[in-house]
Amino acid sequence: MKRLITSLFIYFIFIAKLNALIKVDITRGNLDPLPIAVSPLHVEQSTEKIENIDVKKLGVNISSIIEKNFKSTGLFNPLKKEAFVQKPDIAHLKPRFEDWKLIKAQALVTGKLSVSKNKLKVEFRLWDLTASKEMIALAFTTTPSNWRRVAHIISDKIYERLTGESGYFDTRIIYVAESGPKNQRVKKLAIMDQDGAKTKYLTLGNELVLTPRFNPSNQMVTYLSYFRNLPRVYLLDIETGKQEVVGNFPGMTFAPRFSPDGKKIIMSFAKDGNSDIYTMDLDSRVVERITEHSSIDTSPSYSPDGKYICFNSDRSGLQQIYVMRSDGTNVKRITFGNGIYGTPVWSPRGDLIAFTKVRKGKFYIGVMRSDGTGERLLTENFYQEAPSWSPNGRVLVFYRETKSGPQGKGFSAKLWSIDITGYNERKIKTETDASDPSWSSLLSK
Amino acid sequence: MKFNKSLRNIFLILFATIALSACSTGKKSQTSGDVYTGSDTIEYLASGVKDRVFFATNKSSLTSASRETLRKQATFLRKNKKLNVTIEGHADERGTREFNLALGERRANAVKDYLMTYGISGKRMSVISYGKERPVNTESTPLAWSQNRRSVTVKVK
Repeated sequence: MKRLITSLFIYFIFIAKLNALIKVDITRGNLDPLPIAVSPLHVEQSTEKIENIDVKKLGVNISSIIEKNFKSTGLFNPLKKEAFVQKPDIAHLKPRFEDWKLIKAQALVTGKLSVSKNKLKVEFRLWDLTASKEMIALAFTTTPSNWRRVAHIISDKIYERLTGESGYFDTRIIYVAESGPKNQRVKKLAIMDQDGAKTKYLTLGNELVLTPRFNPSNQMVTYLSYFRNLPRVYLLDIETGKQEVVGNFPGMTFAPRFSPDGKKIIMSFAKDGNSDIYTMDLDSRVVERITEHSSIDTSPSYSPDGKYICFNSDRSGLQQIYVMRSDGTNVKRITFGNGIYGTPVWSPRGDLIAFTKVRKGKFYIGVMRSDGTGERLLTENFYQEAPSWSPNGRVLVFYRETKSGPQGKGFSAKLWSIDITGYNERKIKTETDASDPSWSSLLSK
Repeated sequence: MKFNKSLRNIFLILFATIALSACSTGKKSQTSGDVYTGSDTIEYLASGVKDRVFFATNKSSLTSASRETLRKQATFLRKNKKLNVTIEGHADERGTREFNLALGERRANAVKDYLMTYGISGKRMSVISYGKERPVNTESTPLAWSQNRRSVTVKVK
């Protein structure tokens, strides 16, 4: 009897789903990724080649970036193109829904593009194959060299339509590129697209650089540099390459981040063996001291509304995470579990704080609510730390180092990502070893 | 029964191997608590004056052996009045990067403060933290980590 009720219940849900437009639930794991067909974009022949871009191949290249993006979410299962049943141009006009359903696709992406007068025009449609309906149709015009971004923006639009949350594909990651032996690592600031393409190095590697972080508009980066053997927080304009020291502190400044409005930098300043948290207003240059305690206070990160700061302190004896008002009052410890906690970073949605936890010689990346409850450890490893949030608060990027043998043999540092569901752990390909990743916000808002 | 015997043999062989390998290194435990007490990696500012002291995990307190080393450094610095030094603070790779920077700075200052109590002017000493960035032993072992939790006094040329 009980079984009958269950199956009836499932039947009703099934019916309900049939009538609804398809939707992807991203709050659960990737147990049942949505089968999606991404048809190559039809190329309306105009110019053959422009700015060294092979226009003929652009349709296929854009669709394969979209597929790669979808696959990396773990939420979608892009189907093989060999099974596709309609030519791109015809499918874009009006897909034969029955045929696409035969290959088990539930959603279909079609599109076309043309290049003329140095303008790339791209148009795409998303089709719900279950309901036989068009879900979105959009067109963009841009310069041809922007074709990768077009692919990412299309990916974001589709992700948004199918999951109900904003995407994170049209973004970049800034990180520290590493090379050389473990005791003399050469470190450079590097920036790349979220999918690992278009890597650019921003410093030469002459001095040690650490912990780069974007400002909210993604044009500036704050980081730690050992220029002239004076470890200080710096500010770098990505476009112009202009660098400057932040403030005039008589000692090491480190662990910088921007405030959510981009007007201040919050960081640690170490003096006489004691690290406290300070802010500096970038316009007025006014410096404010936020914490005053004989313990180590570091790794500050603002809540997205700017009202609170989470930070790392050993004032209780060991490294723990604390939250305070942004003026430094009302300090509260939020971690009480076994082990030590570091690198707190507030989610852009405001609900969670991601952190590194060390317990019994193992390193964990985890999330908890901002009052410290609901701790969930997502991944365990020999060494990993420094999570950074995707702009929609669904994915974390962090770095992981391997255990090394004598003379540092076998040592490597790589970037990884994981969904906050704990599923979908992935290595992010980088040209060199990499650490200290920081995820930008969406480039096109 | 037979199985038990062969299992026991395996254990005997294993035990012998472990015992042998322990002998072959020929060294007693090189840490006390988890502070390094050996002499590998150490360099000398002058004859008998060690350049570095070691710390326990997450700690910046000086052991009695460290204080002895630093008293010798102070004597050496008093004799060489024109010499300035940089005190480098380091951490092992088993902590988060930012916290380790703070910890390295705290360790270097513990050394600076102690040298000052023996009459060395703060003006002759600058402090820099490298956190976990410059390990002296790059292996991932407890012994290597104990050698990396250090503060090194370096002559300024």
